[in-house]
Amino acid sequence: MARAVSTRTKAIWTVAAWIVALIIFFPILYTIITSLKSEQEAIAGFNLIPSFTLESYGEVQSQQNYFKFFMNSVIIAVGSTAIGVLIAVPAAWSMAFAPTKKTKDILMWMLSTKMMPAAAVLVPFYLLFRDFGLLDSRAGLTIMLMMINLPIVVWMLYTYFREIPGEILEAARMDGASLWGEIWHVLMPMAVPGIASTMLLNIILAWNEAFWTIRLTTTEAAPLTAFIASFSSPQGLFWAKLSAASTLAIAPILIMGWFSQKQLVRGLTFGAVK
Amino acid sequence: MRLTTLVLGLCTASALAFAAHAESITIATVNNGDMVRMQKLTDDFTKKNPDIQLNWVTLEENVLRERVTTDIATKGGQYDVMTIGTYEVPIWAKQGWLLPLDNLGADYDTADIIPAIAGGLSVDGKLYAAPFYGESSFVMYRKDLMEKAGLTMPDAPTWDFIVDAAKKMTDRANDVNGICLRGKAGWGENMAFLTAMSNSFGARWFDEKWQPQFDQPEWKKTMDTYVSLMKEAGPSGASSNGFNENLALFQQGKCGMWIDATVAASFVSDPKNSTVADKVGYALAPDNGLGKRGNWLWAWSLAIPAGTQKAAAAEKFVSWATDKAYLELVASKEGWANVPPGTRTSLYNNPEYQKAAPFAKMTLDSINSADPTKPTVKPVPYVGVQFVAIPQFQSLGTQVGQLFSAALAGQMSVDDALAQAQATTVREMTRAGYIK
Repeated sequence: MARAVSTRTKAIWTVAAWIVALIIFFPILYTIITSLKSEQEAIAGFNLIPSFTLESYGEVQSQQNYFKFFMNSVIIAVGSTAIGVLIAVPAAWSMAFAPTKKTKDILMWMLSTKMMPAAAVLVPFYLLFRDFGLLDSRAGLTIMLMMINLPIVVWMLYTYFREIPGEILEAARMDGASLWGEIWHVLMPMAVPGIASTMLLNIILAWNEAFWTIRLTTTEAAPLTAFIASFSSPQGLFWAKLSAASTLAIAPILIMGWFSQKQLVRGLTFGAVK
Repeated sequence: MRLTTLVLGLCTASALAFAAHAESITIATVNNGDMVRMQKLTDDFTKKNPDIQLNWVTLEENVLRERVTTDIATKGGQYDVMTIGTYEVPIWAKQGWLLPLDNLGADYDTADIIPAIAGGLSVDGKLYAAPFYGESSFVMYRKDLMEKAGLTMPDAPTWDFIVDAAKKMTDRANDVNGICLRGKAGWGENMAFLTAMSNSFGARWFDEKWQPQFDQPEWKKTMDTYVSLMKEAGPSGASSNGFNENLALFQQGKCGMWIDATVAASFVSDPKNSTVADKVGYALAPDNGLGKRGNWLWAWSLAIPAGTQKAAAAEKFVSWATDKAYLELVASKEGWANVPPGTRTSLYNNPEYQKAAPFAKMTLDSINSADPTKPTVKPVPYVGVQFVAIPQFQSLGTQVGQLFSAALAGQMSVDDALAQAQATTVREMTRAGYIK
């Protein structure tokens, strides 16, 4: 009897999980469906069955060079993540293993920078980028995205590092390991799942960032967010084309997320259950 | 070793020579049919000007406006040519943000630009932007439904006729709405239509002393007519309908009449996309016998920011894209029906264009009947037919648009919407220093 109840409960939870997953995934699914419709079908109203035309993909391809935008997205997302992690690992180490009285305050302050509306600092940043010659450059955008995501990277790594017993690092020190040796040979291998999931999440955040990537680029460094924005039209039907552009833009990150989901979940739940 | 040095030297020299030779200009533009077509035809420009390369930045209208405003105000120098509207040109020219277009070439026929359009793009007699395409607004109507209702659309209808016809053409059982009008909030959406409509009712945004006028009976009459007409004969959910939504409704045969941009005529008469292509008639925007019609004036135009380092190349491009020869180029590749309309008088005298575009005469008449310098029945201190050419208008227009959209959706009464519009406008104009 107890077994039957357990199976039923399990089934209910499974169905509930599927429903929630479907609700979360539905906007993406509907975008893909809309991309396979004609413009008239796309604006006609809610309809889950498209005519499976690839017309919009053809239009999108003929109007813009997808590969150029894609490469910019890859360089900016991966570059900003790599630099961010390089800076965040020592920062998180010091906060986790050598905290001071002000460590908590610094962590909170770092997080508070994420609460500031980006539009409020657009003009100062625009002027800085102009003066340093960074407008429409991949280097400028990499630095920008690294900076805006750094608080999250530091916070995540700090949380993971705190789960690692300090005694292990102490033992390494006793055996004569230098500071870098301790971080590189002892801490990093133990924190691989956490670092990997932080990097994956940061790549996703950088890939999807639209405010700065659209406003600080024109032609050379414009990533896929600018590619999508170029298909919204003030006069004329554009929903199918916009959906096709969005599908092309999110496809790489969806595929990456699909293949790395185990790693991502393992990292995100790292230390959650003891 | 010597050979390697020589080869490297030659490569560097060639690269430098090419870099010095080819100049690239960046053009910011919006994504619409005419602009996309221009991008596809740029081979013609680069053949004639092999020393100039073109880079395109295409953005959504509001993002583009924000991007170019930031760039031009901070002298970022990211763009050499910008696509801007009739609203921005007088404001930006007065700020010294745009270069006057004095060197468009000896063959460039400036006098051929439609006077009303040229007037909207000039300050103190100098042209600051060259129109790429221009538009007014007019009535597009279903001839078959009008006939079924036992009515004949005059070339210049009154609002009384439009209201009566809309009610008679409405057939809820067959999902036909007598009239489709903009309801989506935004200074360039519902407020473009409502400001133009209010002009024909004798209303105005401000009196000569910049005092807001939403508490006057003319605005009350405008809004009462609009809301009651849309309730009786408009589509459901009209408060979220903008240009594109109404275009789709009309193309699907769900609107008896649609008052909107003249550029829509080419979409609704295109048999590839419109189910009612052969049943559409055109008429001037309605009036109330007060001397002003409810039609607007707009032009997407190419301008050169004052901060550009490549003014000469930019001007060559602007000249190419807005010259008469460009219209002939489009016609030769894609037919006369696809040339960008509303910029040149000669286009409307062209028999081939008249044949390809049955709405040509009505478009020109509509454009000519709009006067941005005298847009209203009573005198006003501003320029602009469906907008007020002051920097504060984007924000003000959108705030008021949200109130009027809420009135259309039934979330507040017309009286409340007008009272709040008046209070908001008085507050903002006082803050901006217009009201002392």
